[in-house]
Amino acid sequence: MLILLALIIGFLYAASIYMFLRRSIMKLVLGIIFLSHATNLLLFVTGGLRSGAPAFTNADGTVDLSTISDPLPQALILTAIVIGLGITAFSLVLIYRFYKETGTVDLDELTESDKT
Amino acid sequence: MIMRSEILKIAALHLKPLLLVLSLIVLYRGHNEPGGGFVGGLLAGTAFVLHGMAFGAECTKKLPLVKPFLLIGLGLMFSLLSGFIVVLFGNDMFMQGLWINIPIPGITELKLGTPLLFDIGVYLVVAGMLMLVMLSIMEED
Amino acid sequence: MKLLYLLISLYVLAFAAPFINQYLRRFSGWILSIIPLLVFAFFITKISYISAGEIVTEKYAWISFIGLNLSFTLDGLSLLFALLVTGIGGLILIYAGYYMRTYEKTSRFFGYLVFFMASMLGLVLSSNLIGLFVFWELTSISSFLLIGFKHEKPEARDAALQALLITGLGGLALLAGFVLLSIPYGTFEIAEMIANPSLLSESRIFIPALALILIGAFTKSAIFPFHFWLPGAMQAPSPVSAFLHSATMVKAGIFLLARLNPLMDWSELWFYSLSIFGAATMFVGAWFSIAQTDIKKILAYTTVSALGTLVLLIGTNTTYSMNAFLIFLLVHAFYKATLFMMAGNIEKKTGTREMGFLGNLHVYMPVATIIMLLALLSMSGLPPMLGFIGKELIYEASVNAPGAAPFILVMGFFANTFMVFVSARMAFDIFWGDKIRYSRKPTEPDVSLLTGPGLLVLLSLFLGLYPNVIENSLVTPALKAISPGTETISLKIWHGFNLVLMLSAITILLGVILFVYKDKTLQFANFINLKYFRARFSKTFFSLIAGFLNFTKKKTAFIQHGYHRFYLMTIFLAASALVWYMIARVPFTPVQIEDLRTIPLFYFGVTALIVIAAMATILAKSRLIAFISVGLVGFGIAIIFITFSGVDLAITMIMVETLMVILGAMVVYHLPKYLDFSETRSRIRDAIIAIVFGSFMTTLVIKTGSLSPHDKISDFFSLNSYPLAYGKNIVNVILVDFRSLDTMGEITVLALAAIGIYALLKVKLKPGE
Repeated sequence: MLILLALIIGFLYAASIYMFLRRSIMKLVLGIIFLSHATNLLLFVTGGLRSGAPAFTNADGTVDLSTISDPLPQALILTAIVIGLGITAFSLVLIYRFYKETGTVDLDELTESDKT
Repeated sequence: MIMRSEILKIAALHLKPLLLVLSLIVLYRGHNEPGGGFVGGLLAGTAFVLHGMAFGAECTKKLPLVKPFLLIGLGLMFSLLSGFIVVLFGNDMFMQGLWINIPIPGITELKLGTPLLFDIGVYLVVAGMLMLVMLSIMEED
Repeated sequence: MKLLYLLISLYVLAFAAPFINQYLRRFSGWILSIIPLLVFAFFITKISYISAGEIVTEKYAWISFIGLNLSFTLDGLSLLFALLVTGIGGLILIYAGYYMRTYEKTSRFFGYLVFFMASMLGLVLSSNLIGLFVFWELTSISSFLLIGFKHEKPEARDAALQALLITGLGGLALLAGFVLLSIPYGTFEIAEMIANPSLLSESRIFIPALALILIGAFTKSAIFPFHFWLPGAMQAPSPVSAFLHSATMVKAGIFLLARLNPLMDWSELWFYSLSIFGAATMFVGAWFSIAQTDIKKILAYTTVSALGTLVLLIGTNTTYSMNAFLIFLLVHAFYKATLFMMAGNIEKKTGTREMGFLGNLHVYMPVATIIMLLALLSMSGLPPMLGFIGKELIYEASVNAPGAAPFILVMGFFANTFMVFVSARMAFDIFWGDKIRYSRKPTEPDVSLLTGPGLLVLLSLFLGLYPNVIENSLVTPALKAISPGTETISLKIWHGFNLVLMLSAITILLGVILFVYKDKTLQFANFINLKYFRARFSKTFFSLIAGFLNFTKKKTAFIQHGYHRFYLMTIFLAASALVWYMIARVPFTPVQIEDLRTIPLFYFGVTALIVIAAMATILAKSRLIAFISVGLVGFGIAIIFITFSGVDLAITMIMVETLMVILGAMVVYHLPKYLDFSETRSRIRDAIIAIVFGSFMTTLVIKTGSLSPHDKISDFFSLNSYPLAYGKNIVNVILVDFRSLDTMGEITVLALAAIGIYALLKVKLKPGE
């Protein structure tokens, strides 16, 4: 399964970068979403893959380390997912506002903002 | 952006309290079983988003619970408070967990602790954020 | 009394000076001069101790593991310079206290000035090269601040920048030279180096170290071809010119050369470079001083000439030249500080420094006239001033110079002749000459303005009449420091009739003749300058700077082109190249790749779902479909999470993805339809970049797959989840208990994002913003 996940991760990164390199600002946001998906999955894989072994203690609170999956990457990803929602929402609203102010969704028309 | 659908309206009306109760259960369960403040907050927020989609943001904003800034502020305060309570009561470090058990005779015991307070904070912030963001976007025309 | 405490007291005074000046406006100059003059008195009391052949050393560990100490030495040379710095410094403060009254924001001026004084004292007392360098740079910085004090004037800013760049550049070269110098010795202590010059002569680093140190010393002391910043520095108020740019700071390079002389005087290269550059500077400075019309500019060029003379004398390295060096150092400090202060006085009282607008001042300011005339006598090397003795010794040294005597003699002769001419011109044209109608009647400068110049010129006169006062007390110990074994020459005004006296007489005669035919001389000088020296050093310098700025502008415009995509492309390509390089470098270890046939079909289904949904997102022609597809990708990932035991992750992911799709739909509803911006060629190019990047991520994941999945910190969380935190959902316990501070940071970010979104939507710009 790892090989398939590796392929998915690589593919999602590639998709994110391809979207980043578009001129439309909407595709930039899609690129951000892809990037966070790919990174979440990457983190998830580093914890090791274990089916049917959620990170819970036994009923009496004891833990058998060999039967549960790694909780730390999961905690990190959980945080990242929710933050990702905040970031995506923010960037969506940002491009909306950008469009309203400038009347364009073409990133190339932004170039002049870098020149003084 | 209002979906003019009677079905959605009825569904939203009935789903809202259901989702809210569910979100509270998920929040409380979170410490021992799947769930927690994030999911709970998302559920609670969704309840209002659904309402907003059915009846319009203007209408949703008038609901008594829809006070996003208050919720976000309270949430941040609760989570901060959960850290300070320990310092006030014990002499332990900031944000160390503190628990009390309130037995409910016959059924179970209610476990209350500062991590739960913290999770409530998370719940409120996430719910408040969803409301604020979604309703503001819906108001745009 | 420790030397360190003296320094500290001056630095404290530097920081207190602005406040003292603020509250004691009228008398601040006198009050501020108390501490420097006390320090001066302390050094006076040390004279008998030092002249007995003793040396004071102090050493404080600073960064000891690299041999960096704050060490101070008070020997003959340091003492001489310390007396000049604190003595003249005290007088300058008295002068400045009155002079600066008409300026604004003088408080910080006094801070800078005292700061400079402390740094200069630190420089001359330092006996560790790094310590010396630090003080050296501090003097450059304070000089920059002082030259640019009238910062509203663009010329002052330019001049300050020029001085800073040149001395700063020299400072860097100097540091490199010092580091090179320390290599054969393994120490930065000057005394330990001087004890063993042969170690340096055998080392390969000698020539580069010498070149770098000379660049440092020459830039600081305005030696040709770096001389041009000094005339520019005349933008500084007169007290600064009198103190920094005549008596002290520009002598720092001279000091360094004198200090290192015992270490390097065996070298022919040392002799030739100092002699040639010194003689050239001596001549160039004197020549350019002829045609100037601004008094301070004239003085600046004569200072350049004098600095060249000093360098020449060190290089010549004979008994005469070393004696002449020390005497001329004193002579020059006395008369040049006086002349600069008097130039300031004249400007203050008449409102101009231009020769053409000045004349007949002896009527209005008789005392000032006398002071100025005595100083000019000293400059032109006439008896009975100390300047005469100085010049006689210089001629002696030139006549007796080994090797290049005729060359040095001719250069020296003309330089001295020009000096006589310039002195005569200043004396007669300013104080007699044309009867100018001044718009406001000039008056005698105030007591505070005359105290400093008066005392210095009297000292010069006194030492001219009784030169043996300094013979044993100052000259002998200083000689011991800069050129051990050299005898002190008995100083006297009358040497009898000899070649040197004849040279003096001819010099003066020629100088006077030049002055008599003043108009012709000036015409000739201007003619030569226009014809051969059109390329002004200062202008060349600024055009170099402008060229450099232009170059960086073009380079920046090339790199910072403003196209978002190309920035990203650069980043991704560079990152990919680096990671691929590392992957290729690490020896290939065979990775266990599972047999694809053992993988359940279900997983292939999920993979297909994600890939197809992602492709659909990329290729979608409609914005809505793109957002729905990206949501599907998220659902696919949620399935992976739940398959591999991430229960909470899956639930959260599904909620978030749903909301994201709704959010996306709501926003794109307001945005225009997709437009086709890109051509096929750029799509292919981007796809290649994307694949290069994605493929190394895949490789990395496969390579890391063999690492141990559990590590200690996760185990700690797992094992203590219930015992410590009473929670069975370990992931959630980490979030709300073990790492709750992180989670708090996260919800704060969420709250900020929400407020940011609210602001983006609700805050409306006024038109035109």
